[in-house]
Amino acid sequence: MSLRDVELREIEAILGHYPDTRAAAASAMQIVQRHRGWLSDQALADVGERLGMTIAELDSLATFANMLFRRPVGRHIVLLCDTFACWSLGSVGLREAVEAALGVGMGETTPDGRFTLLPIVCLGACDRGPAMMVDADLFGPVTAGDLGAIFEAYS
Amino acid sequence: MRADGRPALLDDFRAAGGYEGLKRALGTMRPSEVMSLIATSGLRGRGGGGYPTGRKWSTMPLGPDAPRPKYVVCNADEMEPGSFKDRYLMERNPHLLLEGMLLAGYACEADAGYIFIRDQYGAPWASLEAAIAEAEAEGLLGRDVLGSGFDFRIDLHRSVGRYICGEASAMLNALEGRRPNPRSRPPHMTGAGLFARPTVVNSVETLAAVPAIARNGIEWWRALAPAHGGGSKLFGIAGRVARPGCYELPMGTPLRDLIEAHGGGMLPGYRLRALIPGGASTSFVNAADIDVPLDFDALRVVGSRLGTGTVVTLDDATCPVGMVLNLVRFFAQESCGWCTPCREGLQWTAAILGRIEEGEGRPGDLEQLVEHAWVMGSDKTFCDLAPGAMQPLQSALKLFAADFEEHIAARACPYGGEATGALADGGATAAPAGGDAPGADTGGSP
Repeated sequence: MSLRDVELREIEAILGHYPDTRAAAASAMQIVQRHRGWLSDQALADVGERLGMTIAELDSLATFANMLFRRPVGRHIVLLCDTFACWSLGSVGLREAVEAALGVGMGETTPDGRFTLLPIVCLGACDRGPAMMVDADLFGPVTAGDLGAIFEAYS
Repeated sequence: MRADGRPALLDDFRAAGGYEGLKRALGTMRPSEVMSLIATSGLRGRGGGGYPTGRKWSTMPLGPDAPRPKYVVCNADEMEPGSFKDRYLMERNPHLLLEGMLLAGYACEADAGYIFIRDQYGAPWASLEAAIAEAEAEGLLGRDVLGSGFDFRIDLHRSVGRYICGEASAMLNALEGRRPNPRSRPPHMTGAGLFARPTVVNSVETLAAVPAIARNGIEWWRALAPAHGGGSKLFGIAGRVARPGCYELPMGTPLRDLIEAHGGGMLPGYRLRALIPGGASTSFVNAADIDVPLDFDALRVVGSRLGTGTVVTLDDATCPVGMVLNLVRFFAQESCGWCTPCREGLQWTAAILGRIEEGEGRPGDLEQLVEHAWVMGSDKTFCDLAPGAMQPLQSALKLFAADFEEHIAARACPYGGEATGALADGGATAAPAGGDAPGADTGGSP
């Protein structure tokens, strides 16, 4: 197996931004992750083939970064800020409410594969705490009562 | 920024005088004159360090013999907990950052710029992407900018995490596709930075301050805050206050005005106990000290730093030990693991704080914490991550000594443990519509 055409096209489009293909590594992995859902060993091998990098080099980035997933995740990623501003505005209570609403704990995926729940460091939305993201959408301040309507929008 | 919160597009930006500073610089000034203009203005880095911007730029090698290409890298990672200003700038006024980078590039005779932006900043990314396309189409970016012969391109680089990428040399490693450990210095980045070429790294807000200085001159800039070195700055206020948000104010505005006049004061039923003035790596400021002016030097007098200028309050219903535990856990998690004091020390510190908060503190724990704050706070680590973590800790040990002792003596958290600040208490709910400053609107969701 190797990169699919659509993956390759998207990766080629960003290679021109850099004098060294290696600089595109994180973005290339993110592109493949977007198409395949997560980064399998095969996915790293495919990216490495194009960028001239070993699986180990890519894995040292993938396992360090918090937005590259080396295990399967749900169709939507729920990120809950757990850092001090949101913490002081009720992020612990929000976490309990989200866990109850989704029926899973932190780091877990709902049985239907719809949501994966993850903690995240400060989202830069302290004035809207407690803050939460679903995929690329930012919500805040979020109360337990908002959760049903928020999750409803993500199938 | 537009009052309705939409991103200011090129027409909006030009109508408000946008790109006039760039035109003036390219049309009437040599690069060295732009550099000395910024140096003379006294502009200091808004990312947290406060280092004079002109002095940083002046260490770039210049002239025909300088190595090329040279780079301007904008740190748009904004992962310092408690900071929420660059998000507004990039999302609402993307061209301002582009103009600032163009001016920095012209002054440093650089060839290209990268904006290193965190993955979670989807809306700022979209604004910047649209602004770059507009600027390129209008000849403001790319080859021969405004017919001046100056070539400069800007590319966006998406960061996939983490906090350590806010350290400038770690960020360059991340940009090159390497694990983001900080680099040893020398060589300095302006000598051998990105791809081993001369590189100047500035924060979003620093670069965004440059166009107005280029357009209006030094006298105008200084007159904004004559007693405090001049200029305006984005300040923020968050926590249990009535109007949390981001406000552009003159440098030197009293902290009290930010909290009370702009932030609307504490929510009913809560009293201000202390605050973190500029991100997680700044020391607590006592509520009794809030008449201090918000500038780089004055915050030092009360034992802290201006940092990013975005304030997070600690109210009297929230456990100070719990807040420090939250902060130290953050730093322990985000340590890159490269140097031993940070990798091992922060986890150890978090473990001690954790047991104190859970009512299992032991005699000697506080002395141990004081020692950790000294060891990790004083140049014994590879970069500033661990010393930053020790700022809130060492100040809390002094300011909240009675709380720490009470946790250990009573074998419990008097505030009810980790559940303090639960949702039922009601978080900040008021979101100002408009307001009295360009960045005042905190917006809705998403």
